[in-house]
Amino acid sequence: MPTRRRALLILAALAGLAQLCLSLALMVGSVPIGPIEVLGTLLGQGADTTREVVCSLRLPRALAGFACGGLLALAGALLQVLLRNPLADPYVLGISGGAGVGALLAIVVGLGAAGINALAFFGALAAMLVVFGLAHGEGGWTQSRLLLTGVIVAAGCGALVTLMLSLAPEDRLRGMLFWLMGDLSQTGDPRLALLLLLAALLAALPFARELNLLARGADVAQALGVEVRVLRRGVYLVASLATAAAVTHAGAIGFVGLIVPHLVRLATGNDQRLLLPASVLAGGSLLVVADTLARTVVAPQQLPVGVLTALIGVPVFLFLLGRAVPGRG
Amino acid sequence: MLLSTRGLRVGVAGRTFCRDLTLEVRAGERLAILGRNGAGKSTLLAVLAGLRKPEAGEVLLAGAAYSRLGARASARIRGWLPQGGSDAFSSSVLESALTGRHPHLARWDWESDEDARIAYQALAEVGLAGLAQRDTRTLSGGERQRLAIATLLAQAPRLYLLDEPLAHLDLNHQMALLELFARLALDQPATCVMVLHEPGLAARFCTHALLMFGDGTTRHGRCGEVITSESLSALYGYPLREIVEDGQRWFMPA
Repeated sequence: MPTRRRALLILAALAGLAQLCLSLALMVGSVPIGPIEVLGTLLGQGADTTREVVCSLRLPRALAGFACGGLLALAGALLQVLLRNPLADPYVLGISGGAGVGALLAIVVGLGAAGINALAFFGALAAMLVVFGLAHGEGGWTQSRLLLTGVIVAAGCGALVTLMLSLAPEDRLRGMLFWLMGDLSQTGDPRLALLLLLAALLAALPFARELNLLARGADVAQALGVEVRVLRRGVYLVASLATAAAVTHAGAIGFVGLIVPHLVRLATGNDQRLLLPASVLAGGSLLVVADTLARTVVAPQQLPVGVLTALIGVPVFLFLLGRAVPGRG
Repeated sequence: MLLSTRGLRVGVAGRTFCRDLTLEVRAGERLAILGRNGAGKSTLLAVLAGLRKPEAGEVLLAGAAYSRLGARASARIRGWLPQGGSDAFSSSVLESALTGRHPHLARWDWESDEDARIAYQALAEVGLAGLAQRDTRTLSGGERQRLAIATLLAQAPRLYLLDEPLAHLDLNHQMALLELFARLALDQPATCVMVLHEPGLAARFCTHALLMFGDGTTRHGRCGEVITSESLSALYGYPLREIVEDGQRWFMPA
């Protein structure tokens, strides 16, 4: 168990890393810009074209990426505790499936970016309510019932998504596929997503020690003084809204929500007081780096960032897993 | 009165384990719950711990209902030892023992040196001090059981509700554990309700016993009155014979 001091040191280091990743995202691109110039531009100096590239193009996109990565990692960490299952990710309960159905429907009928976002968010909320309502039934939920309901709803949404893909006109397919794989090129103002990230983290942190107990089982937690019913509902709500916010913003970017909490757990242990904020910083950083690569590796063409999160995440994860002390993780 | 029930009915899926049960457990008493497999001992204990709702009646902890006390205040009065259980995530033995301190910490507190000292002492009580940094998932069944008891000791409640505390323990640890709770009952005084399978040990270490016959009927009272070869033969559905040696009563299958 980390001491408070050690936890703060680790978080400070991760915050430094996040800053580094964000700076990198501002410097790299079709027009490379040096670090001093970037700093000058952020302070309001420099040429107009440079300022346009840094402040209007790269900064909003990098910040949106950071917010979405943080939201997904936080949601993943919370759901792994809620379901007591290290394999849970933000999409396991069907929220991204619902968002996908909404977003693709909007693309098929030809709505603009705002319409896609609105329908995606609506779809995510609908899936969340359906899963919560069905899994609850009489006598409260069990983890397995919640998980099964989520998996089934996700499968149903998957079928609808495939149906729409097969019926959609050719010229819309590319946009639909990019949405499904996760894409940050269409994001607008990042402030709302950043605000939501902050709100979700601030809502979860006061309950971090109770989450440590919830991970050991509902009855054990209740016997040690946790109001389990209330806590579970709160965790479900925060994790779902965080996922819905991220997915609405950037599509179903895979892997961040599964792998980042794992990486952090392997590196620092399973104390949620450190794990939750560390996952936010690490998830945000990972997505910023992945997105920077996505728009530069085969420039001028852009890749969907979801492909790159997986390509970076898999080897890093396998390396850490192999290096880990037996039994950890 | 530390723990009392009024008109308690407990059951599962249409089966009733006890009806109209009125129990009173005072500070310093140790109550053994005896009965066959599936007679509802663990279910009753979970109801007594406030983790499960009874079908009828009420459970009062230090005179108040669980719903009125709230989870946190309840956790400072009673502790519950679950039967078995698995870890989804890894943690060290010390971290696990420290979870017992949760109800004593404020929302933003981190475990202090004093909490660590209490946890180490609890681990030492059950002979696990040397394994403090081990991953819990590498422990044997008996070591896990002792860790769960150490967590309970770190929680330091006034009432211990123990579901098969002797499970997985070898003979010397069984005796050490029962002696530990007998000592706590004298010192603190701690109070215990424990599910046991050995009537001889119940007669030796407990003051009272509750027999659950599995058909909804129960019998309780002082060990000397309730634990007899006749009542146990009826309870287990197998004839038992009482043997007395050095004032200690044992019950052997006839």
